[in-house]
Amino acid sequence: MASARTALAVVPAYNESATIEGVIRSLRVHAPQFDVLVIDDSSTDDTSRLARAAGARVVRPPFNLGIGGAVQTGFVYALEAGYDLMVQVDGDGQHDPKELSKLLDTMAPGVDMVCGSRFLTKGGYLAPISRRAGIHVFAWLLSRFIGQPVTDPTSGFRLYNRRAIKLFANDYPHDYPEVEAVLMLHHHELTMCEVEVHMFQRGGGSSSISSGKSAYYMVKVLLALFIGLARKRPIITAGDKAPVSAGARL
Amino acid sequence: MDIRIQIVAIVGAGGLLLAILELVRRRKLLERYALLWLFSGVVLLALAAWRGALEELAQLVGIAYPPNALFFVAFAFVLLLLLHFSVAVSRLTDQTKVLAQRLALLEERVGPARAAGAVDDTALPELEARESVTSGSG
Repeated sequence: MASARTALAVVPAYNESATIEGVIRSLRVHAPQFDVLVIDDSSTDDTSRLARAAGARVVRPPFNLGIGGAVQTGFVYALEAGYDLMVQVDGDGQHDPKELSKLLDTMAPGVDMVCGSRFLTKGGYLAPISRRAGIHVFAWLLSRFIGQPVTDPTSGFRLYNRRAIKLFANDYPHDYPEVEAVLMLHHHELTMCEVEVHMFQRGGGSSSISSGKSAYYMVKVLLALFIGLARKRPIITAGDKAPVSAGARL
Repeated sequence: MDIRIQIVAIVGAGGLLLAILELVRRRKLLERYALLWLFSGVVLLALAAWRGALEELAQLVGIAYPPNALFFVAFAFVLLLLLHFSVAVSRLTDQTKVLAQRLALLEERVGPARAAGAVDDTALPELEARESVTSGSG
């Protein structure tokens, strides 16, 4: 592990007073090289106070931004503070900081994002069948769009390098961002890979995706994916592959 | 029903749908606000293309001339969209107010001169003096 690199753990949290202390403690024990930044998305409970008491830095937007805006706050912080690595660990306790080492071991030169997946082997994770079906639809579509197998595109347990931090600090989807972020990464010619992790059922609070919102979630993400396909490719920066090969003329 | 009004309705609804999708693609319109528009466009296009459904609907609500039912549905969607935007504008108004308050409080904490930029060199000694006063008191 490259210990000289600086690393930040971003913990988005909305009303997670039941679990936030445990998440931060576990991060400090199992990933001591990570600074911990909690993005308290204008919780109405004690999340901020508990997070500070557990030793985390806390950023609290003045009103609820939703998961996309909250996590992007973390990207901007990581970019401006000059961190080389950033990991997102949800405040609800479903991501296990013990498994961060797996993500770190998978991070290699040429990999810009490592995503913890629940579905690399069968039977690892038991979510309601409807939720799993939705995830597998996204996974199937994305795998075809980016030409690389993606098994768990809704997982928020992700480790980013400096290039990915720069990209997402500049531009990150608003609502339900995880699936679209994978496509954006591909369009910007950054690479991702997955590593198997186990996730816990939520420790408390409530998911940002209630059953009533799941239809909206499906439609919104599908729309974003298909329109994302039609979007212009990004500006190419020096050192990247050119979209049209100049070598053809030689 | 006259075929001309049907063609006009189909072209209109189809054009609306394409315009919405193009705006989302260019990022002029967030998906969050595009969904109700898309739903309206799809329903209008379906009713314009599928005569049977439109005639059924007209009979159900007691409209003698079916194309009027299309206008009725379109008007209902316009009202719904306006209400949707009024709710969105209200939320934005509230958020802007909170942001302005937070910014003003923050400026007060940082010190008025520094928050304003303090590019004027002659203002600097005064600023430093004021800062030493505030740091002394705090």
